[in-house]
Amino acid sequence: MTGAADIPRRRFDTLVIGAGGGGLRAALQLSQDEATVAVVSKVFPTRSHTVAAQGGMNAALGNVVPDNWHWHMYDTVKGSDYLGDQDAIEYMCRAAARLVVEMEHAGVPFSRLENGKIYQRPFGGQSQNFGGAQASRTCAAADRTGHAILHALYQQNLRAQTHFFDEFFAIDLIKDDEGHILGALVLEIETGEPLVIEAKTTLLATGGVGQLFRNNTNARINTGDGMGMALRAGIPLEDMEFFQFHPTGIAGKGMLITEGGRGEGGYLVNKDGARFMERYAPKAKDLASRDVVSRAIATEVREGRGCGSGGDYVLLDLTHLGAEVVKKRLPGIREMCLTFLHLDPIDKPIPVFPTAHYTMGGVPTNRYGEVVTLGEDGSEEAVPGLYAAGECACVSVHGANRLGGNSLLDIVVFGRAAGNRIIDYLKSHRYHRPLPLSGVEQAVTRLQRWEQVGEGESVGALKAELQRTMEHYCGVFRTEEVLAEGLKKVQELEQRLAHARLKDHSKVFNTARIEALELENLMDVALATVSSALARQESRGAHTRIDHAERDDEHWLKHSLYFKGGRLDYKPVRLQPLTVESFPPKPRVY
Amino acid sequence: MTANLQRGEEGERARLAWQCRRGMLELDWLLQDFLERDYGSLSNNERDAFNVLLAYPDQLLLEYLMGRMVPTDPTLAHVVRRIRGPAAS
Repeated sequence: MTGAADIPRRRFDTLVIGAGGGGLRAALQLSQDEATVAVVSKVFPTRSHTVAAQGGMNAALGNVVPDNWHWHMYDTVKGSDYLGDQDAIEYMCRAAARLVVEMEHAGVPFSRLENGKIYQRPFGGQSQNFGGAQASRTCAAADRTGHAILHALYQQNLRAQTHFFDEFFAIDLIKDDEGHILGALVLEIETGEPLVIEAKTTLLATGGVGQLFRNNTNARINTGDGMGMALRAGIPLEDMEFFQFHPTGIAGKGMLITEGGRGEGGYLVNKDGARFMERYAPKAKDLASRDVVSRAIATEVREGRGCGSGGDYVLLDLTHLGAEVVKKRLPGIREMCLTFLHLDPIDKPIPVFPTAHYTMGGVPTNRYGEVVTLGEDGSEEAVPGLYAAGECACVSVHGANRLGGNSLLDIVVFGRAAGNRIIDYLKSHRYHRPLPLSGVEQAVTRLQRWEQVGEGESVGALKAELQRTMEHYCGVFRTEEVLAEGLKKVQELEQRLAHARLKDHSKVFNTARIEALELENLMDVALATVSSALARQESRGAHTRIDHAERDDEHWLKHSLYFKGGRLDYKPVRLQPLTVESFPPKPRVY
Repeated sequence: MTANLQRGEEGERARLAWQCRRGMLELDWLLQDFLERDYGSLSNNERDAFNVLLAYPDQLLLEYLMGRMVPTDPTLAHVVRRIRGPAAS
């Protein structure tokens, strides 16, 4: 293995790690300003997870019914269960309309109304007049908005001469003694050779971390790499206890079975064939809110009424609806079942379990995309040279729960904002700082660790155990006892990971080595998630504690900050918007 | 598509394993399972067709693999059916 001094180097104004919508939007802003930009992506850029976002992008254009950015702001604050930072939310909602038009000019073919204006669909949580009638706020390019945004941004970046490092994996950030981030050590996956990318500024845009959980909707690349890198650089993760789950994913595989199945009259049954939702929500039954249905399914399984040989799922029964209804009204669900389960829901019920979907927490940033940590006096302090955007960041516009249509908006708004902030920084930081070898060596050590030979546990088995542990102890069923047990188990897994070994030490496209490095990231983020969830003794948004069922604004209207090693700290929610009055916390009723 | 001839079986498989990592969980499952299960039994023509499919954008690949569209090229259509496995019948 090469020593730190011998590793080849490349120099850029900005290094962007991750080529989803957030990273590419920032890169575009920078390249158009003639900064030299390197984008490092572990998969080909248009295979980033943004491609899977179907829903759309919220903006109060008012093309279908009257709308206003201020109403959008209200909905977002309320949806966040008042944990969202209201300055960032105001900024996002105000910027939304302009950025939709900008994305259209970049090449996103938004669907149209008959009058030629951009089509907007209604989504849950959208209201007019601060909680009034349903709004129609989501701009969509058919059911492939994420795909359209990603491809448009990629092509615009090619035109702007952004330099792409395709199929390179970022190992760790490089930091000097004064705390400046100076780039990263990366690994070319095809050759297994390391490369130092020196940069005056670095942006983390590595997406979410759905792979923490056995059942999740995320692509397998979503392993929280940027979050792991931030933790190892001494930067905390914010609000990691808030993870959005959907009640019905295909058990053991994770893909979403939409609410449509229950909306059409499908119901959930346990191993005894009993319709258990009647016990948890006597009125709404199977149409109760997502968190209630999720917790009911988890409770059935935990209490031994799950189905199958492992007793680890329940069944969604559509068989009584008849072939015609299923074929006509639920073709998407039927297609999923035929493809991934090889069963026809007309004849057989579908095995389901809650599935992890979206990471609200992440690397803490301000509304300019600057990564912020806590200074010695407890105040917020920017980490010089480091920025973050998108699902890996916590700005925080989603707070304790994200509204549909706000994540594509988030990546475009804050990718651009980070790009603009970096442009300002580069004006006054014209030269590269000296790169200390010690900063590179730490990252090299991480890479070399996996060269050790001999007997040891397998990375794949440990990953599967981590995912099962997180699902069981830090999923939708959370109590003090369960979370404390979960923390102990994840700590044990962390110890065991230190003794894991690779069997294959080849260099060329060694997927096993990358999966080992990803597992280290997952492990660090798992500890952050379970520790933050254990500490937060309240129920807010997506974090529901059975033993602390109410929201507790007096004690918990604050952001969690987890530091590697286990220290937890907190910082206040920014309740003061930029120009309008604050929305004070109220009970969240829909 | 002669990459596989130049690299040798093992190197080519390693490369393909990485190409089967996509932006959508659905594609991860279908492609990675297929590589594991069936790649060894593919003819050279089928392997070339698999390579062609992997170069397609995720959204188009999803349309094919979910059975919503069928490639016009018969070899590609055949490999799509093999990837879909029992779901294709």
